[in-house]
Amino acid sequence: MSHSSDLIGSDILGYLRAHEHKSLLRFITCGSVDDGKSTLIGRLLYESKLVYEDQLAALEADSKKVGTQGDNLDFALLVDGLAAEREQGITIDVAYRFFSTERRKFIVADTPGHEQYTRNMVTGASTADLAVILLDARKGVLTQTRRHSYIVSLLGIRHVVVAVNKMDMVEWSQERFDQIVAEYHSFAAQIGLHGITCIPMSALCGENITSHSAVMPWYTGPSLMEHLETVVVEQDNQAKPFRLPVQWVNRPNQDFRGFAGMIASGRIAPGDRLRALPSGHEAILSRIVTHDGDLPQAVAGQSVTLTLDREIDVSRGDVLVAAAQPASVADQFQATLIWMHEQPLLAGRPYLLKVGARTVTATLSAPRHKINVNTLEKLPARQLELNEIGVCNLNLDRSIAFDPYADNRETGGFILIDRLSNDTVGAGLLQFALRRADNIHWQALDVNKRSRSTLKHQRACVLWFTGLSGSGKSTIANLVEKRLHANGRHTYLLDGDNVRHGLNKDLGFTDADRVENIRRVAEVSRLMVDAGLLTLVSFISPFRAERQLARDLLGDGEFFEVFIDTPLAEAERRDPKGLYRKARAGELKHFTGIDSPYEAPENPEIRIDTTELSAELAAERIIALLHDKGVFDSDDDSALAAL
Amino acid sequence: MHPLTHLQRLEAESIHIFREVVAECENPVMLYSIGKDSSVMLHLAVKAFYPAPLPFRLLHVDTTWKFREMISFRDQLTKQLGLDLIVHINQDGIAQGVGPFSHGSAVHTDVMKTQGLRQALNHYGFDAAFGGARRDEEKSRAKERIISFRSAAHRWDPKRQRPELWSCYNTRINKGESLRVFPLSNWTELDIWQYIHQQNIPIVPLYLAAKRPVVRRNGTLIMVDDERMPLEPGETPEMLNVRFRTLGCYPLTGAVESNAATLPEVIQEMLLARNSEREGRVIDHDSSGSMEKKKQEGYF
Repeated sequence: MSHSSDLIGSDILGYLRAHEHKSLLRFITCGSVDDGKSTLIGRLLYESKLVYEDQLAALEADSKKVGTQGDNLDFALLVDGLAAEREQGITIDVAYRFFSTERRKFIVADTPGHEQYTRNMVTGASTADLAVILLDARKGVLTQTRRHSYIVSLLGIRHVVVAVNKMDMVEWSQERFDQIVAEYHSFAAQIGLHGITCIPMSALCGENITSHSAVMPWYTGPSLMEHLETVVVEQDNQAKPFRLPVQWVNRPNQDFRGFAGMIASGRIAPGDRLRALPSGHEAILSRIVTHDGDLPQAVAGQSVTLTLDREIDVSRGDVLVAAAQPASVADQFQATLIWMHEQPLLAGRPYLLKVGARTVTATLSAPRHKINVNTLEKLPARQLELNEIGVCNLNLDRSIAFDPYADNRETGGFILIDRLSNDTVGAGLLQFALRRADNIHWQALDVNKRSRSTLKHQRACVLWFTGLSGSGKSTIANLVEKRLHANGRHTYLLDGDNVRHGLNKDLGFTDADRVENIRRVAEVSRLMVDAGLLTLVSFISPFRAERQLARDLLGDGEFFEVFIDTPLAEAERRDPKGLYRKARAGELKHFTGIDSPYEAPENPEIRIDTTELSAELAAERIIALLHDKGVFDSDDDSALAAL
Repeated sequence: MHPLTHLQRLEAESIHIFREVVAECENPVMLYSIGKDSSVMLHLAVKAFYPAPLPFRLLHVDTTWKFREMISFRDQLTKQLGLDLIVHINQDGIAQGVGPFSHGSAVHTDVMKTQGLRQALNHYGFDAAFGGARRDEEKSRAKERIISFRSAAHRWDPKRQRPELWSCYNTRINKGESLRVFPLSNWTELDIWQYIHQQNIPIVPLYLAAKRPVVRRNGTLIMVDDERMPLEPGETPEMLNVRFRTLGCYPLTGAVESNAATLPEVIQEMLLARNSEREGRVIDHDSSGSMEKKKQEGYF
């Protein structure tokens, strides 16, 4: 054990150097007082020499006064907590204990095992790499064993130790141990729990705790401590795709803009391509900044500050991910919820949802079902009470970046907060995103897009004009519409400035408002396409992600991205509305091209270079494109020729 | 594979906590007590926000009975690092002449420390206060949250403490309520010493053994730090080689005899020691579970 090391006395510096390389293991112990859980933890602390003489003196006194072990030390008393609990003889919260050996430091989440404390066990399990599930060799696999194992599996713990305790009470019987192991394995297979190590032991007698037991020579596996010291858990998170929820933007001066956070998974090095979610902007990692100097690489579990090679919009709550293996973005989910508050879950009430560093508003559906944690049966439910686990649909007020919880705990686990009391009322595990159509059912209408379009002898679509302010979007869009109209087409032009006077007059020019601006216009244009119209949209729409959103709302072949490509210098020279002059003078903030980015389309349906083409020629090209793509009924070909 | 060491993981967790609270709270402050845990906490805070300066102020609730060396260390360090330090003294307590000798340890601590802290938090309207407490210090602290919720009256109500899952913290509060934040929750005394050694963090010299004037009272060695210490008839201070495992008000802090004059020697002694760190704190001996009572009343 660590603190009996000879090095302490003879070579303290050597000892300190050796101990700088210790790793850390967090584990949870599941079981009840009856299983000897407190005794086991007390024993681990005692054996690792972390009990001092004054504590030992108190322990001896307490053992005589309230202990259950006669004249022997009652190790359980070492780990008792609050005075009230001590009187009741049970622990009712999550207590964290610490001990260390030559090889590792351990953090133990000590939680009660009763069903009414499921909340505590879930909390303790959420940060554990490993679970020690205790059972009594006399009783074998009980209902509570199943419950504990289910929660361990639900919370994504990949390493499980089944501590078959009280072997002294079954005469150290190998037969009994094998029986229990077989029973446990068959149950574990049902719930998909893997990585199981079964150890026969007696916490009371100290057998198979820190060293191999002489009274059970038939057992050849590791003692509990040997296993805890050597089990490899680090690769679990480092092998996953890179994720960093941005906690804080570090901007001490104009020259430095760093994104601070703890790496939730994966690894990273300068030169890696990153994507910011949910916006979708990409950049290359320049530096990994720490107070101890720049790092050549960083891995899951480190708190770092990242700088990027270009200015992209990233703020607290966004997630930086590996561009090649991005997280998903969605606003509707199915999730498993663990309810943690006396006030039951209310379907339809908005709660705050925090995942990583982002807090959004979430509305929950009524539970699809709840789970009987003892039998694992799915039961119908209208609400969830304290300590109940169920599956619900969530609807968020904005999209978030996420991974399924099974893939990543930090980007898939969330808490729910009551908006009035600010209490944490529940925890959740994201399962998967729901597609809109799965959730909101469209009214099926007899007169539909197709019939409306057919009546107008056209195939409804959107012409999405994007480009810098002053690039000529509105001029060209206006010309296109005039010609279509003159030829009897049914059209509508949504112009950025005009829509901002009405539908979107509540929105400004921050990035968030720009996104919402485009989202609304995309939705309106979809309705217009549904109405059978040739819909022209003339908006700067600077972000790829929102144009993609608009594209995704429409069917194949219904969305034409028209990139009005005018260089910034040229647009600024024209400056038809005098806006560039104002922006340069600092009178206009968030002006695209000046202090707000414009992301040029990568694959537009058509690109118009206004330095080469006049507005009239541009309009002709665009109408020719529509013709090629079959937007007009074929018998209108002759009419088109006249345009 | 690149396994992190336990100190790297503890450091990363503490930095994460600092950043989260600074990002979400309006007016955080760090309670700086000058001790070794505060030294580590300050070091971690500087790391968390580098290259930006510390985005919050430091608060020292001075009971006026701290060791003189603590105060000179504090003033030198804050000057050197350019830190914005508030020193708060409960002037009501001063006016009433409250002190450990005249009023006893319980009243002195309650008035000068607990009430003094509340006064300062209310006066400056701090909504979150970082403190250097650790879960391994005392049994009732094993269940303390990293982010501990306090009512508008600064009371700790076990029922209102929030479950803490993953590294997802709920820092939301209503007006008047506040948070105590413990970035060192998962550190042990050994971790603290190892980290101080590894990072070369400055600490008050009182932690290292030196000849100091002490008197022996009820089996505890008390240092005679200034002339306010009343000597009992026949009592004369003796010069002994002593050091301190924790630092607080000098009349309430027991010294241990030791020859450990360097940090590695202190760690060596600690590892070989047979008594726990808090033994030297007079406050813990009052009654079983007293820390929990103090916490409910607003003592850290």
